Amino acid sequence: MSETQGPAGIIVVAQATPAGSPPAANGVEIAVPPAEAHGGGFPPFDVHTFPSQLIWLVIAFGALYVLMSRVALPRIANILEERHDRIADDIEEAGKLKAESEAAAVAYEKALASARNKAHGIATETRDTLAAKAEASRKSLEAELSAKLHAAEQQIAATKTAALTNVRGIAVDAAGAIVQTLVGSTPAQPAVEAAVDAAIKN
Amino acid sequence: MASGSVIDPIHQFQIHKIVELGQPGGIELAFTNSAAFMFGIVALVFFFLTFATRGRTLVPGRLQSLAELSYEFVANTVRSSAGNEGMKFFPLVFSLFIFVLTANFVGMIPYAFTVTSHLIVTAALALLVILTVIIYGFVRHGTHFLHLFVPSGVPAFLLPFMVVIEVISFLSRPISLSLRLFANMLAGHIAMKVFAGFIVMMTASGVAGWFGAVLPLAMVVALTALEFLVAALQAYVFAVLTCIYLNDALHPGH
Repeated sequence: MSETQGPAGIIVVAQATPAGSPPAANGVEIAVPPAEAHGGGFPPFDVHTFPSQLIWLVIAFGALYVLMSRVALPRIANILEERHDRIADDIEEAGKLKAESEAAAVAYEKALASARNKAHGIATETRDTLAAKAEASRKSLEAELSAKLHAAEQQIAATKTAALTNVRGIAVDAAGAIVQTLVGSTPAQPAVEAAVDAAIKN
Repeated sequence: MASGSVIDPIHQFQIHKIVELGQPGGIELAFTNSAAFMFGIVALVFFFLTFATRGRTLVPGRLQSLAELSYEFVANTVRSSAGNEGMKFFPLVFSLFIFVLTANFVGMIPYAFTVTSHLIVTAALALLVILTVIIYGFVRHGTHFLHLFVPSGVPAFLLPFMVVIEVISFLSRPISLSLRLFANMLAGHIAMKVFAGFIVMMTASGVAGWFGAVLPLAMVVALTALEFLVAALQAYVFAVLTCIYLNDALHPGH
């Protein structure tokens, strides 16, 4: 009897193999019909196919293992690692650039502050120089003016003295003439001069 | 038994010989449709991953995103279940996950063969996981690895029972790991085929059958969607359980 059984029994409408297939050579219970006449043993339990399946499975799975562990998996691992590295690099570079830009901003602020200080200094200096120059020119002008003033005063004084001297001479002459006219005699010159001087002093 | 239109839900699991390779040592060897699909899956996965990452672009395109997504998904699964130490098993877990996932999805293509619907394949993958756990566990921790079976803080008189239970639970891991995937794929494909068969049978029976066939058609549509979910889910479950078992090899103490 063939080994059609189990779930197969539900619907197997296949022809039954002729009973009495000889027991397998190796004494296994499951009778196996000639290869192409299926409907005999339940294929997954057909031990005659086991050696072939095992050998090819070992070869195929061995090949798969070698191909996976030597070629395919390192390749994918490389890709993933490269991406991981690249992302890490990018983040690092971004951090570096950020630090650089921050440093640049600080340097800019510093440059701006120093420029402002310098400008302030220049402005102060310029103002001081200008003020000093103005002061100097004012002083020299003042000195010049005062010198002129002094000269003018001296000239005035000289002129005044000269004029006074002339006045005295005239007064002495006039006093002499007046005394002569009134008294009729010519006074002594020194006496007239002394009288005039006394009069002028008063 | 009917003859005529034969709908055999088991036929899709049949293994055909493509090239016979003789019988060295009485063992039948052949290049089969199953083997062809295995190599097809390997080629598909490899060419997809290399093609998708051909640009190695910094900003990934759609295919590259998918490749990176699968990588990071599995990597996160490994890390969360087995820690950073578990990353040395990442190529193994990734290969298992992508192989099972692709096999399941390729199996959803009509007329395609589902590699993972064969117990010997899932059992071999599960054994690979468990042997990796055992060998790495002993190489790394020596006999300390056996502490895996000795829970701490258990009263002495309970200890023998606990050790027995732990050993049984450890030994049942490869069985449950392989059977879960195998049974899910097998049952799903059979169910789809059965309901699809109903459509054919009902439409063959006349006009009334045409309307009646709507129900199994709706069922097939729903099952197809479910099977896509199961295909992805089982691959994920396989990968997660692999990580959890590997975690035992890395940290055997309870």
